[in-house]
Amino acid sequence: MSAPNKSFDPVEVAALTEPEVTKARDAAIAAITAASHLDELKVARLAHAGDRSPLALANREIGALPPQAKAEAGQRLGAARAAVKQALEARQQELEADRDQRVLIEEAVDVTLPWDRTPRGARHPITTIQERIADVFIAMGYEVAEGPEVEAEWINFDALNIAPDHPARTMQDTFFVGNEDSGVVLRTHTSPVQIRSMLNRDLPIYVICPGRVYRTDELDATHAPVFHQVEGLVVDKGITMADLKGTLDHFAAAMFGPDAQTRLRPSYFPFTEPSAEIDFWFPQAKGGPRWIEWGGCGMVNPRVLRACGIDSDEYSGFAFGMGIDRALMFRHDVTDMRDMAEGDVRFTQAFGVEI
Amino acid sequence: MRAPLSWLREYADIPTTAMGDDVANALVRAGLEVEDVETIGADIDGPLVIGRVISIEELTEFKKPIRYCHVDVGNKHGALVNGVQTTTRGIICGASNFVVGDTVVIAPPGTTLPGGFTIGSRETYGRLSDGMICSERELGLGQDHAGILVLASDTNADYTPGDDAAPVLGIGDTVFDIAVTPDRGYCLSIRGLAREAATGFDVEFRDPGVDLADLPAPAHSDQQPVNGLVEDFDAADLFMLRTLVGFNPSAPTPYASRRRLTMCGMRSVSLAVDITNYVMLELGQPLHAFDVKKLQGDIVVRRARPDEKLETLDHVVRELDPTDILITDDRGAISLAGTMGGTETEIDDASTDLVIEAAHFSASATALASRRHKLSSEASRRFERGVDRMLAPYASARAIALLVKHGGGTYIGATAVEAPHTSTTITLDAGLPGRVANLNIGPGEVVAKLEAVGCKVHKTESTLTVSPPTWRPDLTDPADLVEEVIRLIGYDNIPSRLPYAVVGRGLTRSQRQRRQVGRALAGAGYTEVLSFPFVGESDLDALALPADDPRRNMLQLANPISTEQPAMRTTLIPALLAAVRRNVGRGIDDVAIYELGSVFHLRDGQPTTGITNPPRPGVDYRPTQQEVSDLEALLPDQPMYLAVALTDNRERPGWWGTARESTWADAIEAARVVADSIHADLTVRGGAIPMPMHPGRCAELVVDDQIVGYAGELHPRVVQAVGLPPRTAVMELNLDMIMRASPDVVSGPRIDTFPVAKEDVALIVDATVPAADVEAALREGAGELLESVRLFDVYTGAQVGEGKRSLAYALRFRAPDRTLSVDEVTTAREAAVAEAATRVGAVLRGA
Repeated sequence: MSAPNKSFDPVEVAALTEPEVTKARDAAIAAITAASHLDELKVARLAHAGDRSPLALANREIGALPPQAKAEAGQRLGAARAAVKQALEARQQELEADRDQRVLIEEAVDVTLPWDRTPRGARHPITTIQERIADVFIAMGYEVAEGPEVEAEWINFDALNIAPDHPARTMQDTFFVGNEDSGVVLRTHTSPVQIRSMLNRDLPIYVICPGRVYRTDELDATHAPVFHQVEGLVVDKGITMADLKGTLDHFAAAMFGPDAQTRLRPSYFPFTEPSAEIDFWFPQAKGGPRWIEWGGCGMVNPRVLRACGIDSDEYSGFAFGMGIDRALMFRHDVTDMRDMAEGDVRFTQAFGVEI
Repeated sequence: MRAPLSWLREYADIPTTAMGDDVANALVRAGLEVEDVETIGADIDGPLVIGRVISIEELTEFKKPIRYCHVDVGNKHGALVNGVQTTTRGIICGASNFVVGDTVVIAPPGTTLPGGFTIGSRETYGRLSDGMICSERELGLGQDHAGILVLASDTNADYTPGDDAAPVLGIGDTVFDIAVTPDRGYCLSIRGLAREAATGFDVEFRDPGVDLADLPAPAHSDQQPVNGLVEDFDAADLFMLRTLVGFNPSAPTPYASRRRLTMCGMRSVSLAVDITNYVMLELGQPLHAFDVKKLQGDIVVRRARPDEKLETLDHVVRELDPTDILITDDRGAISLAGTMGGTETEIDDASTDLVIEAAHFSASATALASRRHKLSSEASRRFERGVDRMLAPYASARAIALLVKHGGGTYIGATAVEAPHTSTTITLDAGLPGRVANLNIGPGEVVAKLEAVGCKVHKTESTLTVSPPTWRPDLTDPADLVEEVIRLIGYDNIPSRLPYAVVGRGLTRSQRQRRQVGRALAGAGYTEVLSFPFVGESDLDALALPADDPRRNMLQLANPISTEQPAMRTTLIPALLAAVRRNVGRGIDDVAIYELGSVFHLRDGQPTTGITNPPRPGVDYRPTQQEVSDLEALLPDQPMYLAVALTDNRERPGWWGTARESTWADAIEAARVVADSIHADLTVRGGAIPMPMHPGRCAELVVDDQIVGYAGELHPRVVQAVGLPPRTAVMELNLDMIMRASPDVVSGPRIDTFPVAKEDVALIVDATVPAADVEAALREGAGELLESVRLFDVYTGAQVGEGKRSLAYALRFRAPDRTLSVDEVTTAREAAVAEAATRVGAVLRGA
């Protein structure tokens, strides 16, 4: 290395001559261009742009030049180094892009490999359809009311205007708990929740009551001793059969689509007067649209209101109830009630977590 | 109730153009459930004619008796002989239950009978058989008759050979099968159904229940009519006996009547029985015929006495209850009133003197007796739904008239007892039906509709005083009349509107939590099952529960479906294990299931078989708080439980690696999934583990210092007893307790952003020291700067020594307000280790 030229003597430094700088630059660019791999580029960078590269070494010689020559040589060298740097960056980018491209191809996988490492869980369709029905009514401002499955006979029957000698008691084949005179039964319907609601809630009452009920039927494809119902009850001032009909129409549309309809046929239930059977027009029914008998309804019998201490001159109400299991059968084409009770996971898993 | 359309037409002028379905629709609109509409003989094609047997030639040369008959079939249906129309046909017949002169039904060649069987003219048994003499079975009209259908044996009968037999057989008639609700007892009769049909078509109805015209005048006789007495007017407020003597017990029932009985689903027995049934079907009044000669003294209606017994017609000896209503004579009970007669006074084929009983028995007592004796008869079904109180004299008169007409004999008079009766009236605001239906219904229309159902209506301004007809005992309240008016106007005419929007509060907390728990478990790979909640002792035996286990204290059902499972579950596990086994049996190996449902726990002092004198508040007032509590006290605790069961692989093997078998740890994790999903603070710890769990591979689940359940592996003995795959794991907990323990409001975390300091420590402890205790010590010792602690490795082996294990924890420290210095972190870590050393004897590994 030359000492600083403090005497301003004209000195000729070979490395800083134009031909030398040009040569070093061209050699650098050639090496960079020739690098076909990032590793080669690294070698080229060290050789042509590193601390020991010809251009870096030349740079150190600038100090040896007289002041008037420094500027010219500095410019020359700066341009050369900038050109090398630019070439390096450009090549670096090219090679990195190449590499990335290659790696992404190399590490590609077979995305069609199956993955069933953990079996999926599911909720029972009885559960999810109950929630779905409840949600329709919750959106209308109702609340979900519940009651016990082992129920007082008085609440299951007497308070619902089904006296001990009432023929309706033989309509429902009742499980008696303990003994036949114990006053305790497995609830035969969700209607006792009506009584509990009227005894325990403030007026007005707007409730929906899904739940499990019991009748002494042997299990077969269409009967089960344990099944599910959903019951609706409204008690308010000025409630009419038109409100009942409108509510059922709204429910039908929510469950079966905008083309659903309802039809009421006169019937009899001790706890409603007037009473009706409900038919739903089900446009999506398998085998074509048709009327489906699904539940009963009516205006709450004033006797029932009285047994709950509600003034039937001031308040009136309606109630309706339908079978959940039956809905699964016609809405979801389930053909055998046993499938709902046996716990075969294939049945439930077909329904996932939303129905 | 089955009802032929032709019978309805006798009393209602139903338009002749109305077909079966039209009438069915009218009945449905009236509130009757038409379950089936059947057209009689729909599969018969071609004529059937009335024939009379002229001659019978017995052919004896065959293996079975064969007859060659000549039958008069009139001058249109006879055979052509040499081109000349005759009035007879020769027919081969294999039956022998008919004689010359009998009237029969002939299917001429060309007629097709049910089953696609077309009659031909053919050579058989050496004769030309030119048609068929039909049996009921061949005509598809009944199954009972093996032989030929003989319409009449009397050549003077009302049948003319050659006439069309279809009307006689009811072919082309429609039979409705109608389910009658309990309020419409009167529709268990042709009379009631015809009235509804007439109302539906707005045509005239002729009431057959108000006519005594055919009753013969009582003849003077030495013999007195049987006398009837009533001891208890609450049992029967009307009791009537009509006596007939000199009746021919072997007189046949006219075919037309038999045919109607068959179409209505009843069997023909004898003329006397058939006529009582016929009148019951026609008018709705049950009748009973006693053999006068078998009676001893007066007939008395009374309640049963202690220890009294009666053998009913079904040959069951019944122990009677003091509330049962009996028909008695001097010897004692002869009939269970309104339900079934007794064997001792039953009429038979020698009964010439009959007494016909027609009564109005208490609906309530009949219903209770029918339930108590598990005996439902045509009579009891009608009485318990309410029979027209005025009908007995008319129905018994009709029966006597028919008996005399077809079986002869002399009517010698009646005796009757009737309680004083005050008819009920209902006061109805004429505007009420309109208000209930949200329709404009004028008072005039209300009156018209009520009169159409048979009410007498007195109108003063807007108030109606309504006397319901005697056949409608169900009409007692204004609401009942409202229904009558609205159903006759038509439910289809009620408008549709929604109530004003109300303000609800959405799901309750526990309702939301239950949904969330289900979703969390489903998300964790568990599938929900819904089992029947019935269990038996053997289920609990399989779980090896000790004799004094509280779960054996089960609520018993009085009338279980299966004697194997006569009780209500106290735990979800038996049914869940049954579901596991069923799935495995069906080839599903990796099972992870859950169930969420009520269990039933008797409260202190509640007997498993219930009490016998439960409180029964009135129903005409709101029960008092005390009465409600007394009712609630009858019921068991019914907490919501949650259980899971899992077996075989939790993770399946595959290209990703090997399988991971489900273990006790998965069962415990399920409990954590549940608790975490609703923010409950669950503690898992070892403890005294009850059956059916593996004592060394099961944890107590604890919330708020209370044990809420168990999770882990099943006891190997239970696995074997139930027949499950090895190492089946379960978890069961009281979900109500967990839900109660979860906080009302979840507090948000504070997110600190200063750098974390990570320190790992490996501690050697006795193998018996629970990891939870070590972790608790580390937490306590590390103090506030500790952000988290996580066990990342467990090592046992020679390096840590016999009976020891090494637990490796990753500790993370962070301060909310500064970057921690190395000294601070070291101090905290050392304090953590020191606390572990103090509490559980932990030694820092490698120290």
